[in-house]
Amino acid sequence: MNRKAGPRTLVIGYGNPARGDDGLGPAVAEAIGKLDIAGITVDADYQLNVEDSSTIAGYDVVVFADASVNCDEPFSFYPLVPQAVTGIDSHHIEPGEVLGLARELFNAGTEGYVLAIRGYSFSMFTEMMTKKALENMDRALHFLVPALQSGFFHQAAQDHM
Amino acid sequence: MATDTKNVKRVVIEPVTRVEGHGKVTILLDDKNRVKQARLHIVEFRGFERFVQGRPYWEIPVLVQRLCGICPVSHHLAAAKAMDVIVGADTLTPTAEKMRRLMHYGQFFQSHSLHFFHMVSPDLLFGFDADPSIRNVIGVAKKFPDLAVQGVMMRKYGQEIIKATAGKKIHGTGAIPGGINKNLSITERDVFLKDIDQMVTWALGAVKIAKDYTVENLEKLASFGSFDSNHLSLVRADGAMDIYHGRLRAIDAVGNKILNDIDYQKYNNYIAEEVRPWSYMKFPFIKSIGPEKGWYRVGPLARINTCDFIDTPEAETARKEFKAVTNGKPNNITMAYHWARMIETLHAVEKIKELLHDSDLQGTDLVVKGDHREEGVGLIEAPRGTLFHHYRVNKDDQVTMANLIVSTTNNNEAMNLAVQGVANEYLSGKEITEGLLNRVEVAIRAYDPCLSCATHALGRMPLVVELYDAEGNLIERKARN
Repeated sequence: MNRKAGPRTLVIGYGNPARGDDGLGPAVAEAIGKLDIAGITVDADYQLNVEDSSTIAGYDVVVFADASVNCDEPFSFYPLVPQAVTGIDSHHIEPGEVLGLARELFNAGTEGYVLAIRGYSFSMFTEMMTKKALENMDRALHFLVPALQSGFFHQAAQDHM
Repeated sequence: MATDTKNVKRVVIEPVTRVEGHGKVTILLDDKNRVKQARLHIVEFRGFERFVQGRPYWEIPVLVQRLCGICPVSHHLAAAKAMDVIVGADTLTPTAEKMRRLMHYGQFFQSHSLHFFHMVSPDLLFGFDADPSIRNVIGVAKKFPDLAVQGVMMRKYGQEIIKATAGKKIHGTGAIPGGINKNLSITERDVFLKDIDQMVTWALGAVKIAKDYTVENLEKLASFGSFDSNHLSLVRADGAMDIYHGRLRAIDAVGNKILNDIDYQKYNNYIAEEVRPWSYMKFPFIKSIGPEKGWYRVGPLARINTCDFIDTPEAETARKEFKAVTNGKPNNITMAYHWARMIETLHAVEKIKELLHDSDLQGTDLVVKGDHREEGVGLIEAPRGTLFHHYRVNKDDQVTMANLIVSTTNNNEAMNLAVQGVANEYLSGKEITEGLLNRVEVAIRAYDPCLSCATHALGRMPLVVELYDAEGNLIERKARN
């Protein structure tokens, strides 16, 4: 897919696909990856971790796509503030903490955004996402893809608020 | 352990920070504010064993990775080894075995590095009583920036090896029944060779940090959550440390062999699991000794204790220094887990280097098959300790039975004893100080437990600490995020 020259952008979708709607993040990554948008790199993992700070340091913009148990429906999109990691629980480093580590350890100026998609069921050992969560993801993708193509993430976040 | 829990106060620490997943510690105080009982409660998802029933056996090495987002490679490889038995693949091709080993050493390298540099080093570098706002990874980054970067880059190196051998980070498919589905290309190999010497150097530095800390604080650490125990692990037939494959060995606290040269296909002749009403997690023990004295420790400390030698030169030198501290006898100091863990990190990266120079990794003979069997056991030494996968399969290739004993379950009794010991020494009265809480956590963290495959969706996982009086009234509550 064509795209005007823009910021080097990484989309990280994370979550456990075996826990129902927790799989929204990796599903977003898969969907974006299939679009093959020039200049957009896609990654997926079970959770964010410290080494992601090194990875995102190589990009101008990173979008963290994740399921949320309590964000507004159907999804939220907002800019991130780098955070200090105070009580690291290695499988549960927050997006703002990844950004904070990238800044602290690698002097990175990467801009960060969160795409939080509302999920409803996080049951163990089911790969079926709820119908409502899938609808939310569809709407989130309709919002995110134009932002990825244009590179105007800050504007997109403001428009969404 | 206390049996009469009337007239006691309950301190609840939930979940334990800087361990993998969720856990809850309850400390029961008597009416004089002395510790009467301390327990670690872990929610274990035994439902997985039912979940896989009816699924075709060839799906299992991929499916089991969903048990845990922290150590999916361990489950992937243990299940694949069990399925090797099912498909009659008694000896894998050199390429298949070496690719699996490379994946496994990559996992050890990343897992141990993360644990040491980012979860443990704040305690070691700043002390258990340091201000919590400093005693964390950012504190390490500010005061010891090189160490913090090393931890990240070592973790990343191991993760990239996993990706290259398993195919991808989520639901990797590298290991399949009877072998592997890809080799390592020259291009992939050369990427890893470029940085391998740096990784070895950093691993040597990490061993020195852990060794110096342990030796300098030996007197203090010797009593910190420590106790005599049995130790269990796989060892190679010649007694060498082997984290991918071997025979079961168990020794007692002074080094006498309890089990030796045991074929793990028959593990349930030697190992049993006890159920206790207050815990979701079972308590494994060596049958010949019984549940009271037959429990054992697994993981880095146990592996260094049970093996006769390590077959990589730098790690073997480090092992000898480790053993010298206890005059060649098993080391039973809980905090020595960290030193042992770093020796294994060094061993893993030495093995990675050895394998990267082995042309078998570029071989094309990837899979073998033999006569099908209906039952198979796969054992592997996961970073946290011995991991058992046991399956039965019917004539329609469907799984009819699965039994898993995960590493953290094997350390269940030991972690409970560690908590009890620390609580006895440091916790009394009604005040839950940060220092006291962290000491309990430090003792648990030494085992690097993986407590569950937790969902991490935004908005979850607070840390809650609650203190109840003898009547069950909440008198203090602390929360951390």
